[in-house]
Amino acid sequence: MQPFLTHTGVVAPLDRANVDTDQIIPKQFLKRIERTGFGQFLFFDWRFLADGSPNPAFELNRPVVAAASILLARRNFGCGSSREHAPWALADYGFKVVIAPTFADIFFSNCFQNGMLPIRLSEEDVDELFRRARATEAGGNPYRLRVDLQENTVADDAGFSRSFAVDSFRKRCLLEGLDDIALSLQHVDAITAWEAANALPAGE
Amino acid sequence: MPSTPRTLLDKIWDAHVVCVPPGESPLLYIDRHLVHEVTSPQAFEGLRLAGRRVRRPEATFATPDHNIPTTDRRLPIADPVSKQQIDTLRNNCREFGVRLFDLGDADQGIVHVIGPELGITQPGMTIVCGDSHTATHGAMGSLAFGIGTSEVEHVLATQTLRQVKPKSLELRVEGSLHAGVTAKDLVLYLIGKLSTEGGTGHVIEYTGPCIRRLGMEQRMTVCNMSIEAGARAGMIAPDQITFDYLRGREYVPKDFDRAVAAWERFVGDPDAAFDRTEIFAGGDVVPQVTWGTNPAQVVGIDATVPDPTAFSDPNERESGSRALEYMGLAGGTKMVDIPLDRVFIGSCTNSRIEDLRAAASVVRGYRVASTVHAMVVPGSGRVKRQAEEEGLDRVFLDAGFEWREAGCSMCLGMNPDTLTPGQRCASTSNRNFEGRQGKGGRTHLVSPAMAAAAAVAGHFTDIRHWLYR
Repeated sequence: MQPFLTHTGVVAPLDRANVDTDQIIPKQFLKRIERTGFGQFLFFDWRFLADGSPNPAFELNRPVVAAASILLARRNFGCGSSREHAPWALADYGFKVVIAPTFADIFFSNCFQNGMLPIRLSEEDVDELFRRARATEAGGNPYRLRVDLQENTVADDAGFSRSFAVDSFRKRCLLEGLDDIALSLQHVDAITAWEAANALPAGE
Repeated sequence: MPSTPRTLLDKIWDAHVVCVPPGESPLLYIDRHLVHEVTSPQAFEGLRLAGRRVRRPEATFATPDHNIPTTDRRLPIADPVSKQQIDTLRNNCREFGVRLFDLGDADQGIVHVIGPELGITQPGMTIVCGDSHTATHGAMGSLAFGIGTSEVEHVLATQTLRQVKPKSLELRVEGSLHAGVTAKDLVLYLIGKLSTEGGTGHVIEYTGPCIRRLGMEQRMTVCNMSIEAGARAGMIAPDQITFDYLRGREYVPKDFDRAVAAWERFVGDPDAAFDRTEIFAGGDVVPQVTWGTNPAQVVGIDATVPDPTAFSDPNERESGSRALEYMGLAGGTKMVDIPLDRVFIGSCTNSRIEDLRAAASVVRGYRVASTVHAMVVPGSGRVKRQAEEEGLDRVFLDAGFEWREAGCSMCLGMNPDTLTPGQRCASTSNRNFEGRQGKGGRTHLVSPAMAAAAAVAGHFTDIRHWLYR
């Protein structure tokens, strides 16, 4: 996994609550057996019209956010299905960070597995980011944020700066780009001991 | 020294912590790993690339369910991409030594239906699957939750998961349910009260006399939908109903009485403290119907579609208005006046034998409305055979329902069973998200009896006033 240290990028505001993983990646694209290539299907039913052309009314199709790598959304982002295809699609599309007031648990943890950072900010701070993004875009410019995982901060260049909370072990895994299976296998003796204590034959 | 009273979650958690390495999250041992074709291919591929093996193949069980046709199983699978995914599961199970209940196997079925019916799911266990409805198995008094594909790979390789302990949420339901009100109505009601994220970060334990009165299959329906309130797991402490259900099933321990003695310990202590408790009255619940595009957008059958512009919360106002536009509904419409095009009885929420019995008893002696296309998809090969032995298939077929082979089917519409744009469906499944059952499809979640009655009437109708024939 690529280490995540800092990231500066364009913000794509998606002003919707309860965005579920069925919307992020609809089921007809779950038949593939690879981890790659899902970005083209991201938000498919919102992003494209019935004839396959881009839906001009969809937030992410606006030219000003064409280069976006930070997604800004409302409450309970990523709810529903456990499909890791959702973070695969977001990451493949180019997103490195998702900011929302709250996230669904499984999606939240799936993000970390793919080098993508989900950031929880307060409802008020998210409101403020939506306002700032709209104002900047109204001037014809994309809105940018800088995320520093070592310092736990997210900031723009116009005075907005907040710190965010992140689990220390997950932070370390992201900063160092760790292979978490290899890390867990360092504790294989403890696993074998647990199996023995619970009268299970040792695993392979 | 008296020990601190512990909840059921505490007891299962404590019994499964392998180690807490300094600076790392705890490693939790996983007793059972259920695998299906959609969320596992990349995990097995990861093992292969790293030269790793499945640590405990005998604790791992696989079945294809999400992406399989529910029509004649003797015919080849028409979609080559679906076929490849199912072939991949078969090859992976063979290569890594995992028990597969394959297409054509008598015990194939929806993973959350066959786990309990084969006795793979047992009290006090930790159970995971790359599927958010894994919470179903918590009905047995286990800690069961959905995981992503990277975590599937982690469990295959290590038989453990990195987990931070979740908070505990007690949902106590007093009293009992009225006639015609089912576990599905109860859980939809609870989700409506909690919201789709009220349980986030928590494991729900359902307690109280109303829960105790539910049979095993109804308990599974309740736990199944915990994720729709945001909770990764829902559980119900085991009791005599649990043990009676498990006795005689294939995968339970040989010395069953000794197993029961061990399982009886997996009950929360009387004084154990939950992080949060909410109390409800079973008698307040009426048959439920969803009106929107998430399961918390739900009302009683005797109500009207709400007017979201009157909602106080700005997020709910916006999401409610968007939902009504998608659903093609106007605030103020009586729920019983909403006409239907399709009816789907099935899914890991409501495809077990008691669900089919309930639906069949409503349908018996009636015909499906001429404007409705209705289908029944049993949850497993075993449920299907049992239903056929009881003659339920004839009841459905005579009424004009289709009678299908076991699978997830139109709950998520990965296979050819989908809604077309604009079609409106009464569904016994668990999610009414936009496009879930087919792009542009409009889903209303209901109980099996309510779905059956809607199929006959052509619109929603209050099952409490149904004339059984």
